[in-house]
Parts: sequence; C-alpha cells; structure tokens
Amino acid sequence: MNLRKIIPLLVFAVLFAFLFRGLSLKPRVIPSVLIDKPMPQTVLPALMVSEISKTGIGFSTDQITAKGGLVLVNFYASWCPPCRIEHPALLRLQKLGYKIYGIAYKDKPEDAQNFVDNLGNPYVNIGVDLKGKAGVDWGVYAVPETFVILNGRVIYKHFGVIHEQDMEDIEALLDKAKTSQQEKK
Amino acid sequence: MIVEYGHLAVALALSLALVQAIIPMFGAYHGNVRLMRLARPVAIGQLLFVSFSFGALIYAYLGSDFSVVNIVKNSHSLKPLLYKISGLWSNHEGSLLLWALIIALFGALVAIFGRGLPLSLQSRVLSIQAMIGVGFYLFLLTTSNPFLRIFPFPDEGRGLNPLLQDPGLAFHPPFLYLGYVGLSVSFSFAVAALIEGKVDAAWARWVRPWALLAWVFLTIGIVLGSWWAYYELGWGGWWAWDPVENASFMPWLVCTALIHSAIVVEKRETLKSWTILLALTAFSFSLLGTFIVRSGVLTSVHAFATDPERGIFILGFLGAVIGGSLLLYALRVDKIEKGSIFAPISRETGLLINNLLLCTGVAVVFFGTLYPLLLDAMTGDKISVGAPFFNKTFVPLMMPLIFIMGFAIQLNWKRADIKAVASRLKFIFGASVLAAVMIFYTMDTDNFMAALWFGLGLWLVLATFADLFKRIGLGKSGNLLNKIKRQPRATWGMFFGHLGFAIAVLGMTGTSNLSQEFQNIMARGQKIDIGGYEVTFEGAKAEVGANYTAVRGLFTVREGGEILTKLEPATRTYITPYQSTTEAALYTALRGDLFIVISEEQEILIDTKKTSVFGVRIYHKFMQVWLWIGMIIMVVGGLFSLSDRRFRIGVPLKSLFAKKNKIRAGE
Repeated sequence: MNLRKIIPLLVFAVLFAFLFRGLSLKPRVIPSVLIDKPMPQTVLPALMVSEISKTGIGFSTDQITAKGGLVLVNFYASWCPPCRIEHPALLRLQKLGYKIYGIAYKDKPEDAQNFVDNLGNPYVNIGVDLKGKAGVDWGVYAVPETFVILNGRVIYKHFGVIHEQDMEDIEALLDKAKTSQQEKK
Repeated sequence: MIVEYGHLAVALALSLALVQAIIPMFGAYHGNVRLMRLARPVAIGQLLFVSFSFGALIYAYLGSDFSVVNIVKNSHSLKPLLYKISGLWSNHEGSLLLWALIIALFGALVAIFGRGLPLSLQSRVLSIQAMIGVGFYLFLLTTSNPFLRIFPFPDEGRGLNPLLQDPGLAFHPPFLYLGYVGLSVSFSFAVAALIEGKVDAAWARWVRPWALLAWVFLTIGIVLGSWWAYYELGWGGWWAWDPVENASFMPWLVCTALIHSAIVVEKRETLKSWTILLALTAFSFSLLGTFIVRSGVLTSVHAFATDPERGIFILGFLGAVIGGSLLLYALRVDKIEKGSIFAPISRETGLLINNLLLCTGVAVVFFGTLYPLLLDAMTGDKISVGAPFFNKTFVPLMMPLIFIMGFAIQLNWKRADIKAVASRLKFIFGASVLAAVMIFYTMDTDNFMAALWFGLGLWLVLATFADLFKRIGLGKSGNLLNKIKRQPRATWGMFFGHLGFAIAVLGMTGTSNLSQEFQNIMARGQKIDIGGYEVTFEGAKAEVGANYTAVRGLFTVREGGEILTKLEPATRTYITPYQSTTEAALYTALRGDLFIVISEEQEILIDTKKTSVFGVRIYHKFMQVWLWIGMIIMVVGGLFSLSDRRFRIGVPLKSLFAKKNKIRAGE
C-alpha cells in the first residue's frame, strides 16, 4: 500500500493512543514535592486563644507530629471566594470526625476570624500566616489547598476547592489511611 | 410525564437512526431504489422525534420542574426566560441533546433540499449522517441522560451562575454547535464519495454550501464567545489561546481551507483527494474538540463537569468515526480520478498555498494545545502552553497567507501571468509599504511587527478592492450600476469575506499593540488621561439588587474639554452562589474602546486622613471595534456566497415544482 494514503490514519492512531493515555492522567493535579515527607517545620500564632490552645500557638508541626494520627491542614483566606465555596465540605469532614487545622493565609486576623464566625468553624485551631511565609514553605500557590497528614508525614495534597465530586475520593483516601493506621496499631 | 415521553422519543429517534443508517446503505449497494427511498422520510421522522424530545426538555425547563436532575443543577425559578432556555445547553447532557437535534436537523435538510442529488449519493450521505446520530443517541441514553429524575426533589434549582446569564453566551453554544455539527454534512458527503469512488464538479457544488453554512455558524459562534469574554469577564481580552478556544478554532481553520479547496474541485476538478481529506478532518476536529472539552484531559477555564466514563465513550466514538473514515480513505482514495494539471503560477496554486498555510496553522495550534497532554503522557511533567507560544508560531504563519491572498485572487485559473498581476498591484504594494513606514515612525514605540501587520492589513484591503474594480470593469465603458448588478453573488462573497478578514486583522493589530492600560486605586475627583481621553472619577454608590449587592462608579469622559459620555461600571457580589462579577462600562469609537472596570471600596490613609478609594482599571482598546466589524463583514461574505450556491440547491426544487405543475396541467 502506498504510504501517503495511510499517513492520516497513522497520525490519528498515534493521537488516539495519547488521548487514551490522557484519560487516566489528571492534568489538574499537580504533585506536591512534600508527598511522603515530613511536614515543613512551621509554628504559627493562634488566630484566637481558644480553650485548646491557651499557649497562643495556633499551628505547630512538632505538636501535630508528636500527637500523631490523621489530620488535615487547610490553607484558606477570607478574601478567597473559592474558600467560601469549599467551606461546607470542610464542615462535613469535621462532622465525620476528622481533625482539620486551618492556616489563615495572607489574611488580616479580624477578617479570618469573621470568616469562621459567619460560616462556621470546622477547624481544631487556626494559625495565622500573615505574610504567607508558611505558604511558601508548604508550596502553596493558590488557596484553598488541603494537605492530608498521617503521623506527621504528608500523604496527599488537594489542590483547589474540595468540590462535592471530590468528597468521595477524599473520604475514600481518609478511610484508607485510617484503616492502615489501625492495622499498624 | 412529558419528561418521560421526551426520554422515550430519544429511544425512538435512535431506532429510526438505525434504520436510516443500515437500510439505505444496503439499498445503495444493491441498487435497490425502494430501499434507498426510505432514507428521506426516515430522516425527517428522526428529526420530529428529537425535536419532540428537545421540546419536552425545554418545557420542563420553562416550568422549572425540579424533579429533573439536569434542571436542578442548571436552572433556578428566578432566572429570566431566556436563561431558563439557555440553561438547557449550558451543561453536558443538555448540550448533547442539542447536538443530536442539530445532527438530525442537518440530516432532514439534506433529505429535503438534496432532491437534486443522485439517489444513491443522497442515501449514502443520509446513512452516514444517521450513523453519527446513532453515536450521540447512545451517548444520551447510556451515560448522559438529561431526563434523569431525582427523588426527593428540592424546591429550588442551583444553577444561577450570573456570569453565564448574558445574551452573548446564551447564543454562543447553539451557533458553535450548528457549526460543529454542520461539518458532519461535508463529512458524510466525503465518506459517501469515497464509497462511490466518484468526486466531480457536481459533488463539490453540493458539498460547498454545507461547508459554507457550517463556516458561517462557526464564525458567529466563535465571535459571540470572544465578544462575551471581552465585555463580561472584565479583563479586556478577546482571545486567550485556551485549549477550548483552540478546539473551536481548529475546525474553523480546516473549514476555511475546505471552502477554498472545494472551489478548485468545482471549477477545475483537481485537488480532489485533498478536499476529501479536509472534509473528513474538519468534522474530526469538531469531535476532537468535544472530547477535549468534556473528558478533562486538558486543563481549561471552560470546565464542563468531566467524567472519565464519558471520556471513554467519546473516545470510542472518536475512534470509530475518525479511524473508520480515515481507513476508508486509505482503502478507497485510489478510486478517485486524478485531477487536471495546472501551472505553478495559477489560481489553483494560490489556493493550494492558502490551504497549506492554513493547515500548517492548524498543525501548530493542534500541537500547542495537546503538548501538555503529550508531555504528561510521556514524562509525567506538567506544563501549560499559553499565548506566547501561539503568538510566536501561529501568528507569523498568517503573514505570508495575507500577502498571498492579495495576489492570488487576481490570478487566472490554470495558468496566470504573474507579471501582469504584479504590475496591476505595484501601486497598492508601494502604498502599503509607505503606510507601514509612516505608521512605524508615528508610533511612540519601536514596534516593527505592528507596523508590518498594519501594512499587510492595508495591502489586503486595497488588493481586495482592486480585484473587485477589475471584475466590474471600473473605468471601462458601460453603465456602472448594471455592471455591479451583473456580478455573481460569489464575487461579493469573496469580496466581503476577504475584506472582513483584512479589517479584522487591522483591529487585532491595533488592539494587541497600541492599547493602553491604567490600573490603580482612584479617589473621588481624580483624573487620568488615557487614549486621548480625560477620565474623571466622580464617585461611587452602593446598590442592592434582587440577589446581589453592587458598587456602581460614575466616570465622566472628556475629549478636548467637551463631555463625551458618562460611564457607570459596576461590580456585583451575588449571594447564592457566592460570586462577584464585573459589569464593565464601554465607550466604543472607531478609534478604540474605552473600557472601565471598578472593584470594591477600600479605605486608605492619605495625609493621615482616612480616604475611601476604589480599585479601577481603565483600558483604551485601540481599534477593538474593527475586529468585531471585520468579523461581521466576513459572515456577510459567507452569506453572500451561500446565497449564490443556494440558487443551485434550489434549482432541483424548482424543477420539481415545475414537474408537479406540468402534471397538474396535464390533468
């Protein structure tokens, strides 16, 4: 067969293979270099001096690592509309019994406080990252971002809003982490 | 119940499509006239069923029937009527139903207007058209059912995205789909021609109007989307080389190549297999675009909710339609007779170069769009390809295209005299170069490329007029008006098509290179100078709307001390769903658009005094309106050309009426 005639078909065959491969890739998911590594060393002042944290420390990696277990770390800001969209999902995760630490990213403390006062507070405690220094250490480039931490190590990073359709994935992931943790015990 | 009837109608349309796909094809193979004749009524019947189904969904949308999942997700009882309807195609399932409707519509149009076609060709075309339809009906019935009910049902819908409530966006998808799906007709014609092994002037004459119609719709669809992004999104941009925009641009480019190469087949019976390949490719790009948008393989600002199951379905469909047609091409293209030869300097060559440049452009856009996917698949690296890539690769490719356009329209078929053409165009060429040089020296910045582009745009405007004057014989004896009237519509089609393109090029050059931008905070009474206007910020007030709060600013625009206009941009904050939108204020002049966007109030200290200021962005979009005007003129050109062809489509219809009259007279 004359090669010229089958070139279009061959080009398409190659394209088809790539598209098929593309279906199993997740272009929106940008892998974090922190996966399977300990959390970056971070100590942040508390947004509010609550019952739990009379020390004035809102977020401390050492404390979380020492306590161990499964926690979520959520970077948010009151100026970020997607964070508002995400908020109900966090409240739901809290209801399911997950511990979520909040980090108010480049936000005025009073605004960050108003945000949780008005919309409900899903967080165990909130650290204030006024200048975004912690954000840099954690590799955050757009809030909201959520990290899943197991015994002080980052096991997963969710980029952007936790949408309704992400909830299943996240819950499955958390369930898996929980059971693997229990098995170890 | 009507919702269930609508669902049932899709299933019935599917069964009719299956009949239409199999029986006429079988009949054409065996030369059985009765079986072939079945195609027409079945195609019309299929349209009736899908229309019913579409109507049922619209009815449910109008009545805000929140027991239907699709309506809960995409509508709201407070939505204005127009947006209740457009909510239907704002989502995956509903837009698929619209696709299916348009496929059936085009099938029925071929059945009605294609009576002059040889019966075997028409049956095969309708059969292929139905095969494509089958894919979409199956898609609707299996993974993407817009009629799905929900129980218990909510009292109110969730779809009230204010950004999407805009006339520009309400009509953008239907036009785009009419264009995408319109290309299925030339695809079906190409496949039928491959099966029959016959491509001649008559074939090209039948295909070209369909391709032109698709081109007109596609152009309108793309312009509406671009226009909406320009004034609604508030960043003053009209094209961002986003994957989804590229997905609509690629079929447009191929279709543009197709409507030009089909002329060569029609007039000279050559470039046949190339034209067939273009017709196959154009629709393939439509399907590819659908895949890109709905499968989530590329990141884009235009997010349809994506779902891997759907991705697999579309990919399978893509494989069957494109792979199948290209396989047929490989097997059958030899059956198509070679065309007549032509000299290296001829109109054929001009059109061939036009085609090659357009297709190189498509290849570049295609590569840039899919590169992130290719890289991710091969190395796992994530990157994005943005405007700088396309501006450096695609845009320069259009320079020789425009230059050759000016020449090629003056060339004769078969063999042309380049010297005569060159001598006719030398003054125009000189004038364009001179204009480019003058623009270069009057511009504030040393922007050589902008000057070159202005020169090219002007060259094309002048060359297009020169060609028209030559055609109507300006300066020769005879009544000018009569000579103008005698020109065929096709001449006007080409004239307006090319002229519109040239004007759009001038607009794009202006707005991309000579626009000005001011972005800062402004206090009440502050003035700035931009684009030769003096803009004064007079203050802002708060407003409360039905479901939003807003800040509305007042700006006075003066030119030379005289008040030209007052502009009132606003920024709205919606409560459910939480979202803020900008209502940019525009003042349009031929020279450029003044475009003002305001954001929320802030308080800052000026000289230890608390002062309220507003974030303000003011753009002067130089010659922006030329872009829109140029595009509209292009569409007018397409319609002129189409009306010339419709004459041909209408001929068989007229003869049919004549026959009926004769029969009546015979009685």
